[in-house]
Amino acid sequence: MILLINYGIGNIRSVANALESLGARTKISERPEDLRDADRIVLPGVGAFAEAMRRLEAVGFPDALREEVLEKGKPYLGLCLGMQLLAERGYEHGEHRGLGWIGGEVRRIEPNDPKLRIPHIGWNSVAPTRKDSILFKGMKGDPSFYFVHSYSFRPSDSAVASGVTDHGCDVVATVEQGHVFGTQFHPEKSQKAGLALLRNFLEFKC
Amino acid sequence: MLKKRLIPCLLLKNGLLVRSESFSIHQVLGNPIHEVERFNTWSVDELIYLDISQEDYYDLRRDDMKVKSRNHPLDILEDVSRSCFMPLTFGGRIRALSDIRDRISRGADKVTLNTAALETPDLITEGARAFGNQAIVVSIDAKRHDSGRHEVFCGGRTPTGRDPAEWAREAESLGAGEIFLNSIDRDGTARGYDLDLIQKVVAATSVPVIACGGVGSYEDFVAGIRAGASAVSAANIFHFKELSDRQAKKVMRAAGVDVRL
Repeated sequence: MILLINYGIGNIRSVANALESLGARTKISERPEDLRDADRIVLPGVGAFAEAMRRLEAVGFPDALREEVLEKGKPYLGLCLGMQLLAERGYEHGEHRGLGWIGGEVRRIEPNDPKLRIPHIGWNSVAPTRKDSILFKGMKGDPSFYFVHSYSFRPSDSAVASGVTDHGCDVVATVEQGHVFGTQFHPEKSQKAGLALLRNFLEFKC
Repeated sequence: MLKKRLIPCLLLKNGLLVRSESFSIHQVLGNPIHEVERFNTWSVDELIYLDISQEDYYDLRRDDMKVKSRNHPLDILEDVSRSCFMPLTFGGRIRALSDIRDRISRGADKVTLNTAALETPDLITEGARAFGNQAIVVSIDAKRHDSGRHEVFCGGRTPTGRDPAEWAREAESLGAGEIFLNSIDRDGTARGYDLDLIQKVVAATSVPVIACGGVGSYEDFVAGIRAGASAVSAANIFHFKELSDRQAKKVMRAAGVDVRL
């Protein structure tokens, strides 16, 4: 069973729809104790960094997640904000603490071309950067995915990134650290390429 | 680099899909859920649903189109999102933060604010704080006067005395992540976008502008992009032309516009 964490502000339904279309059994839950029964955990994300973190902390998700993902080794996929929350700190509307599983910060995108607009909204091609990538397994060329964000993840160790896109500067599109995955884009909104990536996550074995 | 987006805009009135002309004539086209299944196999990049109902009833119960009863726009949204693996924007009749939350939790990625943005601009800021700027699209209905001046209209009918470029700039500073710009006088006319309006609003803002209103040919999409729009939207052309998605993308690509095929 794939557990989707519901913290009241995400587009959870569409993520569940996409996973179910691939044959996965999903459960949407707002209770940290449900993580125990999950085989895999997905943290979807639409929203602001601080608000999301506050809502997760209010019911005790960070500790429960640490136990299930970092200690027990359950595969984790963070989508959009769910990837950004892996960072140590975020700077959306002030400085806020993240989950801190992957070293780095979340800062506003600063394109070097003033004509490029923020948020970075729309379809952009992603260049896979690692041969050992799980998420891009079987994909050819630079597939396009749907992005919607104004802030991006700046990992302290760039080797954590497995896909990069360009928006007037390099923007980390995916991170992979062991069994912890994150995508800045929305695979559930990226039609065929997105479903292929989700399938790779579902088929991943530790 | 970011691709330019092609976005069908679907109008819902009392639960049915309609076409619109000059914001006043609404002809029923069919069932909104069937339509999304058609678009999902298309090479369009997003969908925008706008609920333009004035009344509080929904017609799908008396519908002879063989889908189960759907009497509320949020039920329609939920059904649409089930088979829509592309970004979905839902707008219309949003007045409070709880309305935004309801739509996002039932499958919308973004919402549009129009009347509420004009009447309670704080809602833009509150929405952006809770869901991120990218989830808040401020929709602007503008009309061109004979003098060439543009004016924002509220609810498509009531003049506000406001300049669309200035309002767009203000909406952005309040937290809007995108501007959905519709021309009232071009709506349903197939005379092409109001390019002057697009240019003015694009120049005044730094968030993406989605142009809408007036598309009659695929070349109009190219003109909208050249005028500075980040995305081009239309309603009627997608209903009445065969294979309009692929043809539109082909024409855009041939004109040098970077689109996802």
